[in-house]
Amino acid sequence: MEREAMEFDVVIVGGGPAGLAAAIRLRQLAAEHDRELSVCVLEKGSEIGAHILSGAVMEPRALNELIPDWQARGAPLNTPASEDRFMFLTEKRAFRFVTPPQQANHGNYIVSLGNVCRWLAEQAEELGVEVLPGFAAAEVLYDDNGAVRGVATGDMGRTREGEEGPNFTPGYELLARITLFGEGCRGSLTKTLFERFGLREGVDPQVYGLGVKELWEIDAAKHVPGQITHTAGWPMDMSTYGGSWMYHFEDNLVSIGFVVGLDYQNPYLSPFEEMQRFKTHPLIREVLEGGRRLAYGARAISAGGFQSIPKLSFPGGLLIGDGAGFLNVPKIKGTHTAMKSGMTAAEAVFEALADESASGVEVTGYRERLEQTWLWDELYRVRNIKPSFHWGLPLAFAYSAIDTVLLRGKAPWTLRHRPDHEQLKPAAACKPIEYPKPDGVLTFDRLSSVFLSNTNHEEDQPCHLTLRDDSVPVQVNLARYGGPEQRYCPAGVYEFVEEGGESRLQINAQNCVHCKTCDIKDPTQNINWVTPEGGGGPNYPNM
Amino acid sequence: MKILVAVKRAIDYNVKARPKADGSAVDLANVKMSMNPFDEIAVEEAIRIQEAGTASETVAVSIGPKQCQETLRTAMAMGVDRGILVETDEDVQPLAVAKLLKAVVDKEQPELVILGKQAIDDDSNQTGQMLAALLGWAQGTFAAGVELADGSLTVRREIDGGIQTLKLKMPAVVTADLRLNEPRYVKLPNIMKAKKKPLDTLAPADLGVDVAPRLSVLKVAEPPARQGGIKVPDVAALVDKLRNEAKVI
Repeated sequence: MEREAMEFDVVIVGGGPAGLAAAIRLRQLAAEHDRELSVCVLEKGSEIGAHILSGAVMEPRALNELIPDWQARGAPLNTPASEDRFMFLTEKRAFRFVTPPQQANHGNYIVSLGNVCRWLAEQAEELGVEVLPGFAAAEVLYDDNGAVRGVATGDMGRTREGEEGPNFTPGYELLARITLFGEGCRGSLTKTLFERFGLREGVDPQVYGLGVKELWEIDAAKHVPGQITHTAGWPMDMSTYGGSWMYHFEDNLVSIGFVVGLDYQNPYLSPFEEMQRFKTHPLIREVLEGGRRLAYGARAISAGGFQSIPKLSFPGGLLIGDGAGFLNVPKIKGTHTAMKSGMTAAEAVFEALADESASGVEVTGYRERLEQTWLWDELYRVRNIKPSFHWGLPLAFAYSAIDTVLLRGKAPWTLRHRPDHEQLKPAAACKPIEYPKPDGVLTFDRLSSVFLSNTNHEEDQPCHLTLRDDSVPVQVNLARYGGPEQRYCPAGVYEFVEEGGESRLQINAQNCVHCKTCDIKDPTQNINWVTPEGGGGPNYPNM
Repeated sequence: MKILVAVKRAIDYNVKARPKADGSAVDLANVKMSMNPFDEIAVEEAIRIQEAGTASETVAVSIGPKQCQETLRTAMAMGVDRGILVETDEDVQPLAVAKLLKAVVDKEQPELVILGKQAIDDDSNQTGQMLAALLGWAQGTFAAGVELADGSLTVRREIDGGIQTLKLKMPAVVTADLRLNEPRYVKLPNIMKAKKKPLDTLAPADLGVDVAPRLSVLKVAEPPARQGGIKVPDVAALVDKLRNEAKVI
């Protein structure tokens, strides 16, 4: 069946902070210059915010620039940061350390980033942006010269076998003069652009972390609005990068989460269970006891920073937000940089499109502009912190202090990254980790957790977790690494099951929360995450 | 012929409903809301009748807060011609909804009203029946099949013992059951077109209806957590437990 096509000046893939900020900025500029400019934002989640998961402490710097009267417009930044605590944990004790300067949060707000995005989408719609949730960009479209000319949304109503079902509706071609890709960390189309245009040549590989988050409603007597706690140490060992957050925000809510660097080496490690175990620490247990867990989710983040920023432009398109990797790791914040990248891209694109005939051009002005902004300076200064964690925690702490305080981020060297999927050691060389059984009150199993992500996918559709080679899971992943996908997937998607004395990988794609960890950590890069039917995936409330 | 179809903005079917901490209601703060799935089936049926050439106009009506506009836009993106929002921030119960719908029917003069059999939030299953009674119209509830011919309506209903087929005089009220049809996917261009379709807003007072609640909710609580199972040594112990503890035999 033929696909229908629609034309826009700019198509933005992804309704997160980067994409929405870009859309808003484009329409602001169009209004200021009295120019017609059609902008559409595609979002694979069932609504804006459905797939957004973040801590989040938000630095309002970019928002101040974009919408200076955000307070009057009712932006959901309701809880100013009050107290910052940085704790080092051992199994039973917590030691308060000096808060690293990057983590000082005075002037920042504790927010639900999902709710911030819902609000940003309202602002965008008011400005005339077509915001289209429930449609996944599944394919990049190219013109005869090889320039990006838009994206196609996925077909709806294909059966599991890929046939056209009774309600089959073909995807749409959204054609654009410029397409902005703001898919977030490990975007599935962005990944194909990296390859096609060689955007990662000459830069470090991207490295990642997996954040597992829970939202709790706690006893009002224990609630300290604005309190921010970060921890390092237990339950991670000294050689594994990981840490936690705990933020008290509005309505007795506490956002709590644990991030594990996906460069971990022991295939027995389970980020989900580390998060569960972490909650049993006296410091955390005391806060959560008597409360109830409201929501659960997980998402990978880009942690490579400055040295992993790819080439950002190519004919017909630009990369914005965490898909490009603008997260500031020591600050543990990426919303302000994502928004800033979107805004800067919007300005460059607006300039480039002033020429009515411009289409499929490469907007190199984006990077030039970006290099002049605070974003670039900020990421440059902290570039050596994360890679120093390869040396283990004590050395990394010492190095980070020297790099930050004495060298002020201007060290004449840059430490390098190694790809996460190459880091796993064979199971035989590692010690299995015994995780405690969940108690159903403070700690939980995967399935009851995934239940709270409200994730759902139409059952009768092709599996969106594709394998390049079907034999690899058993012959390599299980045989050599003990089936690590069963443990790193925070949603219980991957299960090795025994049938007639033989193991086989079962993929429960319906559970997927779109965190992208499998696509990142699979040791032979055999798993390829592609977009399922639009509207599928988690439905995060207040995350 | 004109068809009126009623659509409710309800908690999304994927979302796990959870009571507020004070037990006063289900917590809806920033929770995803969407069109009640049975109403989606009602909309689909109305559009199919129109596409078959039997109806000349389809109108969707929703009752509730301003955000119900989105629900109406969805109905219009599916294919309904226009929307009416009876805007109120009050908690409207089935009787109030039925009265408001009757007032809209009086105004719009449709020959057929299609509703979902119930909404997945309160599961009342009352509005369609009440509306038919207030209008004095025939009703075909739990419809699994609808056929229109020569001024009468044949409705197939799923009942406990099988399928019951009713013949109704028009005008009539029909409530849609799960197997009536499978709603279509909304087409992307139609979402943009729907933004330009007419949407009128009325207030309950314009319709002369008092929406004050007649029922009060005492408490909203989670169902009791499932207890873990136990193992019994033999059949005698099992029978004993079933008889004396569970009291099921």
